Amino acid sequence: MPHKTFLAFIWPSLLAMILFIALPIISVAYQSLYVEHEQILVVGESCGPFGCTQEVSVDAEAMSQLRADQPAGRFNGFGTYSNASHLATDEISEIFATSENFSEIRTRIMNLPFYKALAFTLAYTFVVTPLVIILGFIIAVVVNSVPSLLKGPVIFFSLIPMLVTPLVGSLVLFWMIDSRGIIGAGLQALFGDPTLSLKASPTLTWITLFVYGVWHSAPFAFVVFYAGLQTVPKDTMESAMVDGASRWERIRFVTIPYLMPLATFIALMQLMDNFRVFEPIIGFSAAASATSLSYLIYNDLRAAESPLFGSAAATSMLTILGVIILLLPVLRRNWREFNRKT
Amino acid sequence: MSNPADQRPLPLKLLATTIVLLWLVIAAFPFLWTMWGSFKVEGDFFSRADWMNAITGPVTQRQYGGAFTLAGYDGAWVQQEFWRAVINTAIVTVCVVVISLTLGTLGGYALARSGFKYTFWLLMAALVFRAMPHVTLVSGYLLPFFQLNIWGYLPTTIIVLVAINQPFTLWMLHSFFLSIPKDLDEAAMVDGCTRFQAFRLAIIPVMWPGVVTTGLFSFLLAYNDFTVTSMLLSQENQTMIPKINAFLGSTQEEGKVMYAVAAVVSAILPLFVLILFFQRQIVSGLTAGAVKG
Repeated sequence: MPHKTFLAFIWPSLLAMILFIALPIISVAYQSLYVEHEQILVVGESCGPFGCTQEVSVDAEAMSQLRADQPAGRFNGFGTYSNASHLATDEISEIFATSENFSEIRTRIMNLPFYKALAFTLAYTFVVTPLVIILGFIIAVVVNSVPSLLKGPVIFFSLIPMLVTPLVGSLVLFWMIDSRGIIGAGLQALFGDPTLSLKASPTLTWITLFVYGVWHSAPFAFVVFYAGLQTVPKDTMESAMVDGASRWERIRFVTIPYLMPLATFIALMQLMDNFRVFEPIIGFSAAASATSLSYLIYNDLRAAESPLFGSAAATSMLTILGVIILLLPVLRRNWREFNRKT
Repeated sequence: MSNPADQRPLPLKLLATTIVLLWLVIAAFPFLWTMWGSFKVEGDFFSRADWMNAITGPVTQRQYGGAFTLAGYDGAWVQQEFWRAVINTAIVTVCVVVISLTLGTLGGYALARSGFKYTFWLLMAALVFRAMPHVTLVSGYLLPFFQLNIWGYLPTTIIVLVAINQPFTLWMLHSFFLSIPKDLDEAAMVDGCTRFQAFRLAIIPVMWPGVVTTGLFSFLLAYNDFTVTSMLLSQENQTMIPKINAFLGSTQEEGKVMYAVAAVVSAILPLFVLILFFQRQIVSGLTAGAVKG
């Protein structure tokens, strides 16, 4: 296909991606170097029956004029990146200088908002992803062995937790784990502790979010593995049986190696999706004990008086950096394969 | 069951069936429970006294004279005007699906048929774009959109969703078009068609299975989106998911939480119907990327 025809076919889609994905990334990079204007204060006098007092107030007119002139704010360089709510370079070096032991360093770093969010995001990504693969594999193997009459309904109901929006899905669970909901009350009865609440302690909130993540994504792994199981070559399976392999050995030495590429694919998709975990935190109202990088950005943009564009943009840049680091192995593999082909 | 590989001892069969049933309960029960509970009042759905109340509904009976009430739905749909959000969602999803499929088929076809190196780079860029958390992109949109005064309107959101959806659509349709033999359109071009005519006459008639599958996922993306719609739409243009989130802010009042429950169930039901009719296509779409590796 000549270049011209290629371009004629692809330009609308390319234009959309450049305008709304590539340019925004540049816009984010630009915004991250700026910070909100300082407030212009005016001192006025208000006189009442008991004398005059001086009052300091924000000059709204001058502020709106300034905002219209320089909408991005004032230039701040990399200042936003290193301040206390992002990389917190000063705070970190101070912590290392003044803390006595490792656990104190850890607790103090975990109190910095960016590192707190980063810790949860990484923990969520690297706890949920393997669990999803394992659980999905188990369900696929088991469903593959039940009578085919059951298979259709099982797949139907399995798809629901995955296809329902994370916000809606997490709300459904959130209402059930409420101490007045069925699961919350059930857990209280099980542990004989009427004050038990999954929302109270940070650890339990983290676990709840992990459980939600596995529940939400396991069906994806299940469906992919199940489709893969249908294509396991019969001959290999039969020769393994002839060689006297037990049921477990057949799974271990035939099925699992055969499904390995699928596991890589699921892991890639899951890493990408779990790294941007965000909606469950809103659904479970868990922001007090668990925040993610995406949630920090959302929160900055939602800030009460005016959105903190600079702060949100700096977190966004750091998140994008994280995504690229996460994807590097995949990109390198694709690059090598591509080079081998040409 | 004649194949010896399929024969299993009884305990293993029992174990397998138990796990399947357990998984069924885990996957389906929360939704069925919430659907049932959405016809109760808050005192029953969140019962301090006894969890059985959510099933039998004594408080509902006392208040409305029956075990079921539509009060939650009435509150959400009529009083809180959830129907507006439903109409907005319908507009957004239909437009997103139609536009992104139109752009995606053209682009995906070009990527599948061009042998040049830049197709690889385009596909890799699309992969990286797909991995971008949507909220980072949103933080790039807000300021320019405020400046251009296009913030808050449905068309803006539709175009943004189409663009966010493009990397995925391109990948999926690209691999689908690869599975259509090249000879088909090349034969048409030998017969004197231009590229566009070959695409229109030879490819469009056979591309529908792939387009339907991709369309389902475009639909799901637009229907389920929370990040983009909650940040880019003004109050009166909100779609269903941000509207539900807005309900949550006002749950302190008695009875309001049932509005949110009713709205959540209303948002889930269309998905049930969708899965019911398109289960096969959804499954094949989920595995399409996997088979290619």
